Formats: sequence, C-alpha cells, structure tokens
Amino acid sequence: MSSSPSLNTWSDALSGFSIGWFPLGLVIVAVIPLVFIALYALTYGVYGERKISAFMQDRLGPMEVGFWGILQTLADILKLLQKEDIVPTAADKFLFVIGPGILFVGSFLAFAVLPFGPAFIGADLNVGLFYAVGIVAIEVVGILAAGWGSNNKWALYGAVRSVAQIVSYEIPASIALLCAAMMAGTLSMQQITVMQAGPNGFMHWFLFNNPIAWLPFLIYFISSLAETNRAPFDIPEAESELVAGYFTEYSGMKFAVIFLAEYGSMFMVSAIISIAFLGGWTSPLPNIGGLELNTMTSGPAWGAFWIIMKGFFFIFVQMWLRWTLPRLRVDQLMYLCWKVLTPFALISFVLTAVWEIYR
Amino acid sequence: MDQTLSGFGTVFVFLVLGIVFVAGGYLTARMLRPSRPNPEKNSTYECGEPAVGSAWVKFNIRFYVVALIFIIFDVEVVFLYPWATVFKPLGPFALVEVLIFAGILALGLIYAWVKGDLDWVRPTPNIPKMPEMPNRRIGKANG
Repeated sequence: MSSSPSLNTWSDALSGFSIGWFPLGLVIVAVIPLVFIALYALTYGVYGERKISAFMQDRLGPMEVGFWGILQTLADILKLLQKEDIVPTAADKFLFVIGPGILFVGSFLAFAVLPFGPAFIGADLNVGLFYAVGIVAIEVVGILAAGWGSNNKWALYGAVRSVAQIVSYEIPASIALLCAAMMAGTLSMQQITVMQAGPNGFMHWFLFNNPIAWLPFLIYFISSLAETNRAPFDIPEAESELVAGYFTEYSGMKFAVIFLAEYGSMFMVSAIISIAFLGGWTSPLPNIGGLELNTMTSGPAWGAFWIIMKGFFFIFVQMWLRWTLPRLRVDQLMYLCWKVLTPFALISFVLTAVWEIYR
Repeated sequence: MDQTLSGFGTVFVFLVLGIVFVAGGYLTARMLRPSRPNPEKNSTYECGEPAVGSAWVKFNIRFYVVALIFIIFDVEVVFLYPWATVFKPLGPFALVEVLIFAGILALGLIYAWVKGDLDWVRPTPNIPKMPEMPNRRIGKANG
C-alpha cells in the first residue's frame, strides 16, 4: 500500500520538461495551482459565498449580471482593475505596497505541497506538512506590514489583533497536525494520504481509524477558522467596530490581491484538514462485495475531484458558521486558545502517542 | 524515506511565480486605472473626520506577552515534528523522554495560567484608599 509506484507521475513528467535552461515544465506545474486559486476564488469563493450567504438569509444575492448573477465576479474584477489605487500620504509606502504581496505569496507557496490527486503535486517535500504549517505563518508578516504601513488606526488595531490571533492559534493547530503526522509516521503530504488509502474507503481515514483522532480534528478545525480570520473569529476585520481591519486603506488591485490571498488560505487550511484526517484525495466510497465502488472512483482525475470537493465542503462549513455564530470578544478568543484548545491539544498529543505505540 | 532536502527548486519556482503574478497584477492595473490624487482623497481614513495624530502609537502590552508564550510553544512544536516521524520504531523510551520535555513546557503553561498572564483583562489591582482628610470632616460638621 505504501510507496505506491505510480505516485506523482503527471507532475514528475512535467517537471522533467525544459526548453534549454528554462524549466518550462516546472513553471507549468506552478501555474496550475495558481490558475486553480484564481478560478476557485472567482467562482466558488466570491460568487458562491455571496449566493450561499444570501440563501441562508432568505435573499437572492447578486442577480443582475448574467444568468442568476453568474458574471458578477467578472464584473467586479473589471471594476477593481479600473479603480484608482489610493496610497495615503501618511502611509509607509514601501510596507503598504509589499504587504498584499507577502500575503499572497505566503498563501500561494503553501500550495506547492498540496497534492491534487495521486499524480499531481507541486513539490513532494519530505517535510511537506511542516513546510505547510510554517509557510502559512508568513502571512502574519504581510498582515503586519499592511496594517502598520497604512498608518491608520483601524488598520493598525486590526493587524495587531490579527497577528495575536493567528500566532496564538498556531500552537493548537500545529500540535493537532502533529498528531496526524504521528499516526502517519511521515511528513510528506503524499505519503500521509497514501497511508489512508485502501479498499474500504472512508474506513481507512485517520478520523475513523483512530479513537482519539476526532479531538485533534476538532482542534485543528477551530484553529483553522481563527488562522484564516473567518467568523466567529473575524475580530481583526470586524466591520462594526474596525471598519475593515488591516485592509481599510486598500483599494483597486491591492485589495483584490488581499482577497485572493484570503481565499487561497481558506482553501489551503480546508485541504490540509482533509489530508491530515479525511484521506486527502482518496475516495470515501468502500468496495462492497463485487460492487467495487472504491476502485471505480480512484485514479488521478478522481483524486483531484475528491480533494477539491473535500476542500469545498469545509469552505461551505466555514460560510455556514459565518451566519450561525456571533463574533467572539478578544478576551474570549484568548481564553479559548490558551485555556481550552492548547491543553486539549497537549492531551490529544499524549493520547495519540500512547495509542500509536501500544495498539 | 529520502532524507535529503529535495523539491525546494520547485518551491523556488512557486515563489518567483507568485511574485511575478502580484507584480503583473499591479502593473496591469497601473496601465488601466486613472490616477488623479488630491490631498483630500489621500488623507488617512478616520470615519470622515480629519485624522488626529499618527496611528503609530503604543499598544497593549498583552500582545507582547502573547508573542512570548507563543515563541516558547512554537520552539517546542519545532522539536516535536522530527520526533513524530520516527517515534514508532524508537518505542516507549523515546515516548517517556518526549513526555518529560512536553511536561516541562506544560508546566510553563500552568505557571503563566496561575500568574494570570493568560487573562486578557487583568483583574483591577486593589489600591488602598487614601484616608479621609480631617479638615473635610470639620467642614462637613460646620455645615
């Protein structure tokens, strides 16, 4: 089961291809996740979120541009491209300009280790999970640069809150992912997924394979909401008190880049939770006797379908929670992180270690 | 398992592509958008009022405490990740060692908890009140 010979066949074949010194194949390998982020943010991220939010509130949402408003996001992009880019006189110009860039690059770099199915991954690092946890944290620098560089009180408070929140929730999140790494015994994203593959579909997933796994799963899910500044942890950009948080002063293309980065990291955490606990690109359907549902729904294309669908499912849950739970206060946020999630993360770490050694 | 660092060349390509994408986006927008700045438009947003002072002010010391606690635990997690990949072959002895290591840090968390460093709103210190001045009592008596 482990070290399946047919892993990464597509991306390896692409990587080997180059014109002279120019590694065209590698660039194509990197362009595919970029195109995916852009397409997903345009369709499901913005349009989907607006429609889902609207239906949850018994509204219709965008209806004007195209059939059922389907071209609304395209119109928004055209508008954002033409918008004047305002840089406040009081701002630190350098930080103000590179802030969104750091945010986006940090979010995009995490996609390098995201396996889109058994045959495609940007770079199958042997420290993949560790790299993903670390690189997502670079966004903190971007947020602080954007908030501090704006020289705006809303932006600064939003940025400081956001940094404190992301940095705090990083601890329970990384300990929870550590539990998944301990169950798998490897940090490579592909190997972690392969460990959860098998003919019985979802029964091989760590979440159902291990009696303790639900605890790190829940801890990581809650922490991932905080790390992406999603409700109920959206205090950094709380509209009713901080206007828009760290991107108050941004307009035009820089605003679009910040949004792309946020939707990118939303998908990234959803994909990481799928890989760590819900089998990544493996099919959830089991083989039932002669009816080989699992074998039928496995393969490179099916793998890409499953990982994207699992990611989209968790994004849907994030949208759902946004309209279900009220926002937390800062002190409640810190209470939840340091006095609830961190102790429970340490407990789940000890229990997982004991289970894995003595089972 | 391959023990060398491999695949970081691809990560570098991702880095370059990300920078190129953001720079390209900025450049495209720069060619398309109008640019008619005026002092009003470029002033700092503060709900329509003229901005008072700079935003670069001192902020709550609690944020530094959170950062300090974070660093302690982050270093712990950095040490635990390599152990997680090899702990099954190492067996119970390595587990006990790591539990001692994690236990010392858990003790640190308990210490910070007891000291009240994890409370965002510190309880107000109990400052003893000044005794009432005698001359005021005289003033009251006089009516």
